Amino acid sequence: MRSPDVIDLSRLADPVSAPQLFQKRKTVHNKRVDGPFRRFKWLIMAVTLTIYYATPWLRWDRGPYAPNQAVLIDLAHRRFYMFGIEIWPQEFYFVAGLLIMAGIGLFLVTSAVGRAWCGYSCPQTVWTDLYQHIDRFIDGDRNARIRLEAAPWGPKKIARRVLKWGIYLVIAFWTGGAWIMYFADAPTLTHDFWTGHAAAAAYITVAILTATTFTLGGFMREQVCVYMCPWPRIQSAMMDEKSLTVTYKDWRGEKRGSLKKAENNPEAFGDCIDCMQCVAVCPTGIDIREGPQIGCITCALCIDACDKVMAEIGRPRGLIDYITLEEADREKAGGAPRSAWKSLLRPRTIAYFTVWGAIGLIMLFALGTRAHTAISAAPDRNPPYMLMSDGSVRNAFTLKLRNMESRPRAMRVVVEGLPGAEMWSDEIDRKAAARSLLVTVPADSSASQRLYVIAPPNTPAQDFEFNVTSQDEQVEMAETKTRFSAPGDE
Amino acid sequence: MANERPHGKRIDEATGTSTVGHEWDGIEELDTPMPRWWLWSFYLSIAFAVGYVVVYPAIPLRREGTPGLLGWTSRGDLQHEVDEHRKGQSAMLAALARTPIERLPENTGLMRAAVAGGRAAFKVNCVQCHGAGAAGSKGYPNLNDDDWLWGGDLKAIENTITHGARQANDPLTHTSQMPAFGHDGILTPLQIDQVAGHVLSLSGKARDNAAGAQLFAVNCAICHGPAGQGNRQVGAPRLSDAIWLYGGTKEDIEAQVTNPRHGAMPAWGGRLDPVTIKMLAAYVHSLGGGEEFVEAAPAAKTDAKP
Repeated sequence: MRSPDVIDLSRLADPVSAPQLFQKRKTVHNKRVDGPFRRFKWLIMAVTLTIYYATPWLRWDRGPYAPNQAVLIDLAHRRFYMFGIEIWPQEFYFVAGLLIMAGIGLFLVTSAVGRAWCGYSCPQTVWTDLYQHIDRFIDGDRNARIRLEAAPWGPKKIARRVLKWGIYLVIAFWTGGAWIMYFADAPTLTHDFWTGHAAAAAYITVAILTATTFTLGGFMREQVCVYMCPWPRIQSAMMDEKSLTVTYKDWRGEKRGSLKKAENNPEAFGDCIDCMQCVAVCPTGIDIREGPQIGCITCALCIDACDKVMAEIGRPRGLIDYITLEEADREKAGGAPRSAWKSLLRPRTIAYFTVWGAIGLIMLFALGTRAHTAISAAPDRNPPYMLMSDGSVRNAFTLKLRNMESRPRAMRVVVEGLPGAEMWSDEIDRKAAARSLLVTVPADSSASQRLYVIAPPNTPAQDFEFNVTSQDEQVEMAETKTRFSAPGDE
Repeated sequence: MANERPHGKRIDEATGTSTVGHEWDGIEELDTPMPRWWLWSFYLSIAFAVGYVVVYPAIPLRREGTPGLLGWTSRGDLQHEVDEHRKGQSAMLAALARTPIERLPENTGLMRAAVAGGRAAFKVNCVQCHGAGAAGSKGYPNLNDDDWLWGGDLKAIENTITHGARQANDPLTHTSQMPAFGHDGILTPLQIDQVAGHVLSLSGKARDNAAGAQLFAVNCAICHGPAGQGNRQVGAPRLSDAIWLYGGTKEDIEAQVTNPRHGAMPAWGGRLDPVTIKMLAAYVHSLGGGEEFVEAAPAAKTDAKP
């Protein structure tokens, strides 16, 4: 088995066979294949694409004061809605937590089943797969496509290409169009978009995403995985000898030779009949028999292809199979094959899963117990206090009252401490000053309330609190500590 | 197998790339072209730069730069934004001009807009004397409190701002003149000491003395009132409260009685438009000590027919 990572320096002088630093791309014309892994890929593709395209159109009733889109990133109003959850900007750590979970989830998946993310659910893989099906639909299967590519440019080829690239473009546009729906009310935005009333950012975003999808999915394809994406490089550090990976069992397959040769001399040849089916179906155009390599996204289509061939020639399946490196060594040494499931449960994967689950539980707990009411007080600093004509001392405060419920709520603000103090506001006359007052905070917003707190003459400077209680069945409470300034407190 | 070419160019064996043809002590340079995408980005930037120079102001000349075809300037941009902003405010300003100031509190939105506008105008015109927080200082009235020399309702404040205090050119200006009791020899230093003691006693800061009370009744009560409650008609400050424009110690009071200081305030009516003055009045009124406007009782008329 030749390792692709070792460059044979003695061959450098021969420019033909020497590995080049830059390789001109050869278009991959992967052959159609059917099998359990291909069907699994179909399923994943259907699920992920449906989630992506359909999610913004799901509705979720939040009452008259909040949008009814299930998933909405409302940048203009700085709100993030996800079904029953609403996140304000200061709670962005929930999103950070989600991203951390996604990261650890990738660690977990990588250490357990290797590059499963790359093989099945990475958007680049899903869209490339989609575009390769378009190729097959328009131009036919592998051989027809190879012939068409080699054919000179003529009216027929041009027509084919225009049609195919047109479909590429439609899908790319649809992809970019779906993205912006997450950031505004989808039906309204769709209407605005086609009538030319949407924000410039919407058109620019769609244009950029259309261009990237068209280029990355239609033309660059596996080059993104091999040259652009950092994740395969990180994964090669994340995987260990117990991670599942697609492996050609060279100890069983070699020495490879055609079926005819092998029938004539069964002792000298292994199971591989060199039919090249594994290479033909590979979406990244590699030969898995050269061993694990950066181009292999472990989509397992070669397993499907090889199993089919093995069944036809009456040999056991699994010449190419998902096994761990450890298991490969064992089998090579003559050990009996073991179930792949055994490698999934081990300290490392359990540790990842524990951390992942713990973060999820902490976030759920924090989300479930967070208060939907908050108060903060900012004392006026210029002037810090005001001596009134009767000798009493007045301080002015700007209160911020936060109402995270999607309905207006009345809140009672009370002065706690500060003996003899009373307060009034611009709306309430000084004659009606009292220890507490009612403020109505609009739905899903923060209200700013200016207050004057007056204390009897000779009140010394001191700390005190504002308490707020929502006047509804929830009776949520919040408090904030602040300072009362008085003469002599400089 | 060096493949010699004219001008010393040759194909490098190891890489298969042509050299540029120069050689320095055996060191040669490979002729590796720039990546196409880089080159095209470069050409595009050149084309963009040419267009930019034509369309936008770009080349500095002796007096001013080339204006560019679009005629764009950053000053023009700013002016445009200012104009847009003004346009947006015009309805509010017109409503403000129509509304008499004492009716302003009936329209909460307009009142709020007026306060906001007044806050901005205050920062430009008033902070020099009254301070950024309108807290004033010795000799400059504090506008946050509930003590007003000339009245603290919206209309009175508007009137004070419009005509100022002690402005010779404005016939409607606030004018009051406290005699210089010590300087002009009306009272002796001893008497001034006694009357100052009485003034302090009005707010409970000193023990009363009969001589001071007698002197106060004769000399001061006519303006400041028998109990020192002040008189807004003549701008006589209330002496029985905790607020002192020129200081509240006995020395301060004696100095004021001996040779009073008379603060002046510009008549802003000649400098600011009526709407800005309205906004300023609304802002000052909103600082926490504003008083409610009370319609002066109409002169009693006897319409009863015989």
